[in-house]
Amino acid sequence: MINSGDTAWILMSTALVMLMTAPGLAFFYGGLVRRKNVLATMMQSFFVLCLISIQWILWGYSLAFGPDIGHFIGSFAWVGLKGVGMAPNPDYSSTIPHLLFMVYQMMFAVITPGLITGAFAERMKFSAYAIFTLLWATLVYAPVCHWVWGAGGWLRNMGALDFAGGTVVHVSAGISALVCALVIGRRRGYGREPMPPHNLPLTILGASLLWFGWFGFNAGSALGSTELAVWAFIATNTAAAAAGLTWMFVEWKITGKPTILGGATGAVAGLVAITPASGFVSPLSAILIGIAVAFVCYAAVAVIKIKLAYDDSLDAFGVHGVGGTLGALLTGLFAQKLINPAGNNGLFFGNPSLLLTQFIGVAATVIYSVVVTFIILKVVDRFIGLRVPDEEEVVGLDIAQHEESAYTLLD
Amino acid sequence: MKLVIAVIQPHKLEDVLRELDDAQIHLKTVTNVLGCGRQKGRTEVYRGRKETGNLLKKVKLEIAVNEAFVKPTIEAITKGARTGNIGDGKIFVIDLKESIRIRTGEEGDVAIG
Repeated sequence: MINSGDTAWILMSTALVMLMTAPGLAFFYGGLVRRKNVLATMMQSFFVLCLISIQWILWGYSLAFGPDIGHFIGSFAWVGLKGVGMAPNPDYSSTIPHLLFMVYQMMFAVITPGLITGAFAERMKFSAYAIFTLLWATLVYAPVCHWVWGAGGWLRNMGALDFAGGTVVHVSAGISALVCALVIGRRRGYGREPMPPHNLPLTILGASLLWFGWFGFNAGSALGSTELAVWAFIATNTAAAAAGLTWMFVEWKITGKPTILGGATGAVAGLVAITPASGFVSPLSAILIGIAVAFVCYAAVAVIKIKLAYDDSLDAFGVHGVGGTLGALLTGLFAQKLINPAGNNGLFFGNPSLLLTQFIGVAATVIYSVVVTFIILKVVDRFIGLRVPDEEEVVGLDIAQHEESAYTLLD
Repeated sequence: MKLVIAVIQPHKLEDVLRELDDAQIHLKTVTNVLGCGRQKGRTEVYRGRKETGNLLKKVKLEIAVNEAFVKPTIEAITKGARTGNIGDGKIFVIDLKESIRIRTGEEGDVAIG
């Protein structure tokens, strides 16, 4: 039975999640790179929006949510949206059109490979990026999405909680980002020459749009205009705020000055961490999750990354991989049935077994993503080459890969 | 004729312009530039990562003058730009071979002022 209030909210949420990729992610990442690479970086977000929108209709949705095969992946039965119509599918939501659920999920499939682009920014060949993204969305995102959210998926059957995509989106993208950074290698001059962000106002605009869009991501994941959506909305904003504040105070203490880049990075980390938990935790728990993720992600990007000297250029792993993993595990601590009767209680509410289930969900996602991402990268590298030639990297990808430039010298 | 080139701290530009005005030196070209001297640029911190070697923002003045004005120009710039701290900048003076006023085609000393 279709409910018009639910349908209205999910239509709106779909548009909000679309906003997260372009302009949100495009501006967030675009401001962080050097000026010679800003268009190429924004292009990666814009391109993924176009590419995966089509892939999802042709075969992506069918593989992720179609009739189950071995609890591992959906079948090809819904290729080209065959059989996906206005009638609600009760496996996913009984109050909105099945087609609406499909397009809402499309926006998640779009942003997930978009997040990875932060790891190989400023040096990946565009053709290689296009092929990598298509393969990754098909071979990594679709199966992992099916495990966690698809009817019959093995993690869903096991009771792993992932309200809005902590493991499906952030852990899978984040850990794949680390693999990308390691396989493609550091940028030329990394660690020797300064590579400061070229336009932080763009980054702040992007981060703020991400925060805004995240209301559709998390509160929309209630799949209805419900009390649960209200809980998720509040948890989302609360965790973002707590993490942004914490990050700024940590910086103030450690480096002497609070920065707006730090505040924005912290807020995004908070949003990542609350994603799996948002429909299961109280506002007070959201504050604790936000504080915790700010400390952990700060350590990941400001200490561990520098010690290990890998070039996760825009911290796709440090924020999404680490924050997503922490959020999934903290869901196992802070979840409570009082908020969401369809969920479960976590360790702090008398059910230690949920933490183990959450851990299995994260571990499986990490192992699978690492292996398949590595194989995809090696195959693409063999046939196309992942990296631009040195001289193109020096000139900048805007000119070298796209023959356009963001800023002219003379107006 | 000489070309006086000065690289100064941006926040001293107003003082230098005033001193030049007081010395009756009105012709100048000013640009924003990046550079560093012995202090090797500045350190900025992004997401906890120290980025050393970032070039400092400076302002460059270029002033073409006749011989009689060389000394007053240098004095005016020095007076306006000096704080006594590291990073106050430099003044370079080079010989100027020719000077042409585009509007009239005048050349040499008369074309400068």
